[in-house]
Amino acid sequence: MKENQTRNFEKIITRTIQFSGYSSILFVLLILFFLLSEGTPALFDVKLSQLFSERWYPIEDYFGILPLILGSMVVTLGASLVAVPFGILTAVYIAEIAPKWLQEIMKPLVELLAGLPSVVLGFLGILVVSPFLRDTLNLPTGLTALTGSLLLGGIAIPTIVSISEDALNNVPDSYRHGSLALGLTRWQTIWGVTVPAAKSGILMAVMLGVGRTIGETMTVMMVTGNAPIMPTSLQALFMPIRTMTATIASEMGEVATGSPHYHVLFFIGMVLFLFTLLVNVIASNISSRKLKRSERILS
Amino acid sequence: MQQTAKKSNVVKQLRIEKLGFSLLTILSIATVIPIIAVVIYIIYLGAPAISWEFVSAMPSDGMRAGGIWPAIVGTFYLTIGTAIFSVPLGIAAAIYLSEYAPVNKVTQAIRLAIINLAGIPSVVYGLFGLGLFVIFLNFGTSILSASLTLSIMTLPVIISTTEEALRAVPQSFRVVSVSLGATKWQTIWRLVLPQAIPGILTGVVLGLERAAGETAPILFTGAAFFLPRLPNSPLDATMALPYHLFVISTQVPGMPIQIQYGTVLVLLVFVLIMNIIVTVIRSRARAKRQW
Amino acid sequence: MDKIIVENLSITYSDGVESLFDINLRIPINQITALIGPSGGGKSTLLRVLNRLNDLADVSKTTGKVLIDGIDVLDPTLDVIALRRKVGIVFSRPLPLPLSIYQNVSYGLELMGEKRKIVLDNAVERALRLAELWDELKERLHDPANSISGGQQQRLCLARTLSLQPEIIMLDEPTSALDPVSTAKIETSLIELKKDFTVIIAPHNTQQAGRIADQVAFFLQGKLIEFSSAEEIFTRPKDKKTQDYISGKFG
Repeated sequence: MKENQTRNFEKIITRTIQFSGYSSILFVLLILFFLLSEGTPALFDVKLSQLFSERWYPIEDYFGILPLILGSMVVTLGASLVAVPFGILTAVYIAEIAPKWLQEIMKPLVELLAGLPSVVLGFLGILVVSPFLRDTLNLPTGLTALTGSLLLGGIAIPTIVSISEDALNNVPDSYRHGSLALGLTRWQTIWGVTVPAAKSGILMAVMLGVGRTIGETMTVMMVTGNAPIMPTSLQALFMPIRTMTATIASEMGEVATGSPHYHVLFFIGMVLFLFTLLVNVIASNISSRKLKRSERILS
Repeated sequence: MQQTAKKSNVVKQLRIEKLGFSLLTILSIATVIPIIAVVIYIIYLGAPAISWEFVSAMPSDGMRAGGIWPAIVGTFYLTIGTAIFSVPLGIAAAIYLSEYAPVNKVTQAIRLAIINLAGIPSVVYGLFGLGLFVIFLNFGTSILSASLTLSIMTLPVIISTTEEALRAVPQSFRVVSVSLGATKWQTIWRLVLPQAIPGILTGVVLGLERAAGETAPILFTGAAFFLPRLPNSPLDATMALPYHLFVISTQVPGMPIQIQYGTVLVLLVFVLIMNIIVTVIRSRARAKRQW
Repeated sequence: MDKIIVENLSITYSDGVESLFDINLRIPINQITALIGPSGGGKSTLLRVLNRLNDLADVSKTTGKVLIDGIDVLDPTLDVIALRRKVGIVFSRPLPLPLSIYQNVSYGLELMGEKRKIVLDNAVERALRLAELWDELKERLHDPANSISGGQQQRLCLARTLSLQPEIIMLDEPTSALDPVSTAKIETSLIELKKDFTVIIAPHNTQQAGRIADQVAFFLQGKLIEFSSAEEIFTRPKDKKTQDYISGKFG
């Protein structure tokens, strides 16, 4: 009797756990379903040529999402230019060079940065970074793509640092010892042996960091000025800009459910989803390729 | 002749190394100094705003005076709500992946799904929550809708840290347990989970910290612009700290700067506490670990 | 009387390593049977079949019969949990669970739902006495199990296995990680234990088999080359390969 109870309990638990495991797939499909069902009507409400035009002015039914897509790209690119070098070099420093006590200080600080809510960064952007940029660069407004890029860089840095650092720590010590034994300096070892060995992990870190910046919402909404202008030259970096995420966040609250504007905002959500999906699939391919190679080495 | 050439090369390399190390030191410190500066800056400017009234009173005069009590309570409710859904589900999913999942296409699909969930922008979660919970399931703009949205967003963090913690428990423990007549679940429940608890807690705290600081997912699912009373039920909308900060720093003209800095400081203290909890759990677990 | 009868047993792992080919073997009750041979010869596999720990491994194909007290162990409908309580195993490395000394020994009983403290106390004492650990550890039963020496840990693992009062005790190179003194203690225990249990051991060298075994089976590359009494094998081996192995020509 008791044995039977145990067995039934085991069966129920196993089923529950299995279902929980599958739930992630369910959620992704649900998200995809709702984005599609609310977003695709935009294609019937608005002509395709209109949708991919250069003018976003929903009040007069101009739904050109091109400036928004490019806006997101400009800010993301700018953020990468900040976050990638700083992130990777900081990771190299923490993993390979810093003395133990400094590591113990730097790691929690980076983690703290990761934990700061994006509104806090946006807030600092408004009150500190943008006045500073306006005054030093002599701009009409401090709420520009550049301000957004700098702050988004801060958001991507923790991701890049921690994943790159893991990748560097996973390089076996024997590689380093081998190189040092050949009479190379630690500096030569880092750039000639360790970093190349951790290359795929670092690449993944960069992809995931960039993925975060594309999707970041509150900070960019608060500091980029939100003007849907087509960025056409480098000059655009010093002007207000508007991203896809900020558009959804600032306008969804005011639209009527089911209106063309509503559907177009969901359509933008679909585009964002596809962008990040692409980035993540590439990143996970990098990591699984790395896995396969290390398995081959081990077997 | 050759000897000296070799020697000078070594000297040159060592000089390069020294230069490189110094450069990296400066760069890395330049990366972390702003973080310290931000913390000090916020504490310095926010502290004068903090008073008992500020953290315990309702906002008044169009949020330009009074306190932020409903926003604090709201964030607390949202965090609890998120934990109720995401913690059990996330841990169970991690147990599945670490202990049960066979190596096959379905498992691969689950992993891809989790990576995907982790990468979806927070504002897209907001859209999804609006579509599914607010409109389709008719939960309205409410704590319930917002918590459900936040929990799905938090799920990947909890799943991946928990799975890592479970996998770190040596396989040999499982074999010994089974050899003593334990079922799979008994082994997990009595042996594997207790050993993985510190790692799981770390993941849970980090996940909830993120959820509590998020604004975009609750914008259209549960956040109230201004609601000078506490929510009565899970179906009520609520104020929340991050959203409140967004509102008072961008949407309300003539907002006293002090109140803004005070609100930031409260958010920062919350984040600091979460981070300290994580650090303490980790170091205590490291000291107590038996393997 | 034969406690275990193995008939035409063949096993292939998915990755092809350490398989067994057509094994026939009768293991007598209340004796120590030693499985000897170079590593990778199939000894561990055979031990893990007897209590179905092989279920955890990636086995692609099993044929033949394994009877314990006349019951087919390989029957898929068999109650594996009961089988594992009846056939205990001690592994080659001391593997204490990350619990206290007491909890390590009581673990198996608690799994069965035993909660009465007095029953658990008695069982723990009895098992520790059988493993000749009681006098050394009775004062510190609630210390973590990894705070004792490696030799003590391995005897604790033996006690843990004994706590379930199994009928068969299997030991897979139990002394390979131990010093000579600890090894001697375990060997003494085993000779004592065979009065009440059937003992199967994969010794970590031939000398150990010589010291304690009643029956010896020689495995080579998944095949059972020779099986007879210890005296027979060590003094008059029938097979040339057995003789070469015992005299140390390969190993």
